[in-house]
Amino acid sequence: DTKLQTVKSPLSTTGEQLTSLEDITHYNNYYEFGVEKDMPAKNAGVLPTRPWTVSVDGLVKKPKTYDIDALLKFRPLEDRVYRHRCVEAWSMVIPWVGYSLSEFIKDCEPLSTAKYVQFLTFYDKKIDKWGTSETSIFWPYSEGLRMDEAMNPLTLLTFGLYGDVLPNQNGAPVRIVVPWKYGFKSAKSIVKVRFVDKQPETTWQQQNAHEYGFYSNVNPSVDHPRWSQKTERRIGLPFYAQRRTTLMFNGYGEQVASMYNGMDLRRYY
Amino acid sequence: MKKSTLIVLKSLTWIACLWPFAVLAWGAVNNTLGADPTAHIELTTGYTTLMLLTITLAITPVRRLLPSLSWLIKFRRLLGLFAFFYATVHMLAYVGLYAGFSVQAMLDDIAKRRFITMGVTAYLLLVPLALTSTNWAIRKLGGKNWNRLHKLAYVATVCGIIHYWWQVKTGVLLPLPFTVAVTVLLLARPVLNWRQRRKARPVTV
Repeated sequence: DTKLQTVKSPLSTTGEQLTSLEDITHYNNYYEFGVEKDMPAKNAGVLPTRPWTVSVDGLVKKPKTYDIDALLKFRPLEDRVYRHRCVEAWSMVIPWVGYSLSEFIKDCEPLSTAKYVQFLTFYDKKIDKWGTSETSIFWPYSEGLRMDEAMNPLTLLTFGLYGDVLPNQNGAPVRIVVPWKYGFKSAKSIVKVRFVDKQPETTWQQQNAHEYGFYSNVNPSVDHPRWSQKTERRIGLPFYAQRRTTLMFNGYGEQVASMYNGMDLRRYY
Repeated sequence: MKKSTLIVLKSLTWIACLWPFAVLAWGAVNNTLGADPTAHIELTTGYTTLMLLTITLAITPVRRLLPSLSWLIKFRRLLGLFAFFYATVHMLAYVGLYAGFSVQAMLDDIAKRRFITMGVTAYLLLVPLALTSTNWAIRKLGGKNWNRLHKLAYVATVCGIIHYWWQVKTGVLLPLPFTVAVTVLLLARPVLNWRQRRKARPVTV
């Protein structure tokens, strides 16, 4: 049985029409399983999601390893609908299932010297073989957040969508979702969480720092060098109805804007 | 080649060339273009343009290697004009679905984004080729001038491939097959010329 027991969440986004399960699970960027949108759905079946552990190290009281089944029971699983905005200027509305990452981080007991948290994705070149045949990216996938961003209640440790466990192509068995940042900040299929004192090197920054910044907050007034971020295409609508205005912080400014007070978001894109 | 065979082959070519457009039009009407129809329309038309341009560039080297296939030349204009047709749809889809018909947005894009500048360049290079594709234009220009002008097809194709590389994310290798094919086809020309010159040289003992 893949159904998850969930509770309602006050942090869930309202007033949006959900993107269909079919589109959420068949229009994916997960380059380890192919660079075209429909390929992760075809290829990610080979990802072994059990047994699965998440190891925690770096600036913590003591390193720990969590089993996925223990993580699933660690806190009540909440239904959280979030807008999802890809840096490629398309967007979805997704009913995720999980609990705030902050709950997990507290249990990791990071030291006060920990300023950032890094997430590393599962990678085995025999399994994620499309990652090497179709790209020149250095794996494993690495992403990171500043400590206050990781502790923001909106940042979700995610185990499911539409009330069910995550399909592999959506980052099974556990991923991060950061709804006010471009989708690539939300690392999938996490095996390692590392607390560090310096901004961690992330995959897309390493690929092209000019186009993908560490912060990557959704921001309609800062263009991607190759396209405008003022508007986006909502997935699943007919071609003439897709275009819509992009919201600052993807519409989550009330909960997150204060973290960036005094920061030049053009410089820290 | 018999006239009837030619008619059959030409009809098949028309059907093959119209097929991607028919599939798109059908999908657009029934909203079955997948999760992101805008991106699907743009990618399909761009891809088809490059595919047709690559095929037109293959015709000359193939004819020179295999003289029995020299009748292929009768198909080059048709394929070239279909390449222009898909490039035009690609351009119109950008204007309507990406720029929202906003002249300001388009000028911004052309000034700021090199992949769009390159795409527009490729398209503008194809325009004079399409305009001079009639028999009348060939007569008017004279074969030599016409041939010289239509060497722009090489430049347009290369621009189209650069446009593709600049559009995909760094590290994504999707444009590689086109790049390899067009490189081979462009290098084939000097290589075949050199071979012919060597053959033509009188044998000295």
